[in-house]
Amino acid sequence: MEIYLYIALFAPLVSSMFSALFTNTPKKQFVGIVASSLILTAFTASSILLMHILDGGEPIHVEMMTWMATGNLYIPFGFVVDQISVTMMMVVTLVSSIVHIYSIGYMDHDKGFNRFFAWLSAFVFSMMILVMSDNFAGLFIGWEGVGLCSWGLIGFWFHKEVATWAANEAFIMNRIADLGMLIGIFLVYWNTGSLQYDLAFPAMQHLDTATLTWIGIFLFVGAMGKSAQFPLHTWLADAMEGPTPVSALIHAATMVTAGVYLVIRSNELYSLIPHVGLFIASLGAFVALFAASMALVNRDMKRVIAYSTLSQLGYMFAAAGLGAYWVALFHLMAHAFFKALLFLGAGNVMHAMDNELDPFKMGGLKKVMKGTWIMMTIASLALAGVVPFAGFFSKDTILEAAFAEHHYVIYGVLLFTAGLTAFYSFRLVALIFHGEERYKIFGIHPHEAYKFMLVGMSPLLILAMIAGVFQVPFFNMVEEILGATEYHIHSHTTLWIMLVGTQVFVGIAIMYAYKKYMSQHSVPDGTSPMENSFMYKLLINQYYIPYGYEEYIVKPYNELSAVLWKVDQKVVDATVDGIANIFYSTGENTRDMQSGNLSTMLKWMVAGTVVLLSFAVVFGLAARYSDEILAILSGLGV
Amino acid sequence: MEIGLNHYLVLSTILFAIGLVGVMRRKNLLLLFFATEILLNSVNIAFAAISHYYGDLTGQMFAFFVIAIAASELAVGLGLLIVWYKRHGNIDLDTMTSMRG
Amino acid sequence: MFEAVAFYLFAFLTIAMFSITVMTSQALYALTALAAGMIFISAFFFILGADFLGAVQIIVYTGAVMALYAFGMMFFDTTRDVKEKKGNKFIIIGLSTLAAVMVVAIFTAPLISTNMTAFYPMIEGAGNTQTVGLVLFTKYLIPFEVAAVMLLVAMIAGIVLAGKKMDLSLTLMNAEEIVEIEEKDKKVLS
Repeated sequence: MEIYLYIALFAPLVSSMFSALFTNTPKKQFVGIVASSLILTAFTASSILLMHILDGGEPIHVEMMTWMATGNLYIPFGFVVDQISVTMMMVVTLVSSIVHIYSIGYMDHDKGFNRFFAWLSAFVFSMMILVMSDNFAGLFIGWEGVGLCSWGLIGFWFHKEVATWAANEAFIMNRIADLGMLIGIFLVYWNTGSLQYDLAFPAMQHLDTATLTWIGIFLFVGAMGKSAQFPLHTWLADAMEGPTPVSALIHAATMVTAGVYLVIRSNELYSLIPHVGLFIASLGAFVALFAASMALVNRDMKRVIAYSTLSQLGYMFAAAGLGAYWVALFHLMAHAFFKALLFLGAGNVMHAMDNELDPFKMGGLKKVMKGTWIMMTIASLALAGVVPFAGFFSKDTILEAAFAEHHYVIYGVLLFTAGLTAFYSFRLVALIFHGEERYKIFGIHPHEAYKFMLVGMSPLLILAMIAGVFQVPFFNMVEEILGATEYHIHSHTTLWIMLVGTQVFVGIAIMYAYKKYMSQHSVPDGTSPMENSFMYKLLINQYYIPYGYEEYIVKPYNELSAVLWKVDQKVVDATVDGIANIFYSTGENTRDMQSGNLSTMLKWMVAGTVVLLSFAVVFGLAARYSDEILAILSGLGV
Repeated sequence: MEIGLNHYLVLSTILFAIGLVGVMRRKNLLLLFFATEILLNSVNIAFAAISHYYGDLTGQMFAFFVIAIAASELAVGLGLLIVWYKRHGNIDLDTMTSMRG
Repeated sequence: MFEAVAFYLFAFLTIAMFSITVMTSQALYALTALAAGMIFISAFFFILGADFLGAVQIIVYTGAVMALYAFGMMFFDTTRDVKEKKGNKFIIIGLSTLAAVMVVAIFTAPLISTNMTAFYPMIEGAGNTQTVGLVLFTKYLIPFEVAAVMLLVAMIAGIVLAGKKMDLSLTLMNAEEIVEIEEKDKKVLS
């Protein structure tokens, strides 16, 4: 069984290194094929491990080698395959193999084809380390690795300054959050003496609440950065500058869920500090509403989907914060499927529309792109939570959990957000695929994507439809380690009212979206009264938060850096140059000693004689008065 | 007022300092030699004084040999000076800088 | 009493003469002042009871050395004013003063051991010259001989350096050859 672990872990690494050999050569088809095959191998190994765990097998622990063993600190390269990690492994490898296959078609005309696969597989490898590691240090290695690979992938088209800026923004925001996470890890080690999960978590039972609260808060700060919770959320929307497969893999299914994974993995910790959990849940609910509001009016197709990711992450954190860890994990899994499907479909649309992103400039594409239309509609239905698709099972369970725990405010916010989610998802679908063909004005000739890309996306489609049936087996699998609780609404009636009510609300939202946008005639150009209203302006500028960050944080920091650079030049450089100058000028000046001029040399000779005479006087005096000098020095304490 | 050894030594020191001033100051090589003679003479006074006050003849012996050496040094020095003068036409110290470096 | 008067008088004169030597801009004055200074120094020797030394000082220094310097002055045409350097007076005066002060400090401080025995003590009753002769030709014989050789070498060096046409030996040539050479010289000079 360990062999499957190693295959799942290292196949992406082999794929990355193989592709890295060809980064400077022009596109080679087999690079993509080899990379995809290796990731598929990892997926196969993960599935075997999943089967093993589902059958009730024991979690597999391996310790590959020791990393640090100094004093009391012992950190090995250890990996564990238990219920949580095998779920994540399966999700990651499945989505990434589909994305790899899709990218062979999407990046078809790109010069950096080989480099793309190198980065992509490296990302998968880092993510596998993150989810399979059995200690916080290995988690952190994977954490940083995915941050780096996401930087490389967002800024993949590095000659575009917008892309490099977005990549830097993502990386720096992650880094800020990583500081919090590091402090959390330090606190864990300091208070429990070990970074291994199976040693640290039991030891935490004995710590006092204040320490646990700090640990929980700091670890969550790290999760905030990675999963783009408020206020570190601006990078996720800007990260859409990267190629669409990147958005599908990283910003839908894997990297942004690393934060949720951290909270789920630390469930034993967060169960002990329910007040922190409540804060996490509230923040999650707030982010869900906040992101959904921004998606309502946005005119960039990928950004809308990015905001919906942000919103769903809020849902996951709400669930985890309320203690419903298995629900969060389940929603993570289901969300990965339909969100990746949405992004890949958007990629098809982008490709067809010559990289145009404004849905108002599209329209009526269902005639040309039937397959993509079907996939995106079903994915949007799943996202909205319509029965019997996957989203219904996970989202509704979150709503039930909130209701059952008597957190009615959170329940209300999440319910309202579900309506908003349905509205903006179908606004997008209606604008793109229905109604008039507005793209004809711009002279674009769309065509459907390659057949093999659609075939590659189909597993996601199927899973988005049927993943709901996995809920019960999933629950049985994870209930051992995730302290699962069934959420009992007190009476069946309330439960039925809730379920039906949610569906009706969602249905109304969908129909309103269709009605409003089905018959869109023209491309809005900023003159309509709605576009000039205060709410619209607020939402389309993302509540002016990026503007605020730019003005009040980035600019002053830049000025400070400029000032400090001046200091560096004037002080540090001047000191170093000064020291060098001392040598140089000493040489220059003493060069006159060898001028060949006898007069100067005679003067130097006399000077030397004076020096020697002074030595004679000093030492003579010292010898004569040595006793008194010793008395004075011992008085001073030397 | 009793003239002791210290008086002679102070006198010798003053003459030596005068000689040093001359050595550092003069640019004409011949006049430099004059200053060197002053240095040697001041030392001779010191030797003779010490010899007198300690009743030892060693000082006077040294003074003799200093005189002898001074004379021979002068002979060789003037000879070299003549050769230089024939070649370069002047004996200004500031022009004699071919050993610069 | 006389000793004190003589000492201060000659000390003042010596210092004045030597100051003129180092400060004046005219070479002739410097030469004359130097010669005068030498005489006064020999006066010191006489005061200190070193008669032979005083006589030697007058004969060798004031006689031979000064004569040599005078010939040199005539040769080098140093009757012109000597250019003084544009250097720093303060360094010179400062250094010399420092040196002097320190030497004086060393000498006047009671650092000198008072436990010195004379190696070659003066013999009572005999004059200075006799004593000097005794010591010079017995204990200091080797330095004496070496000094003699050194003087010989210096003499030869002086002749070689300053002489001209040293490759011909007039005593070994007969009369015709000498005449030839003289006529060649006349042609060169005219």
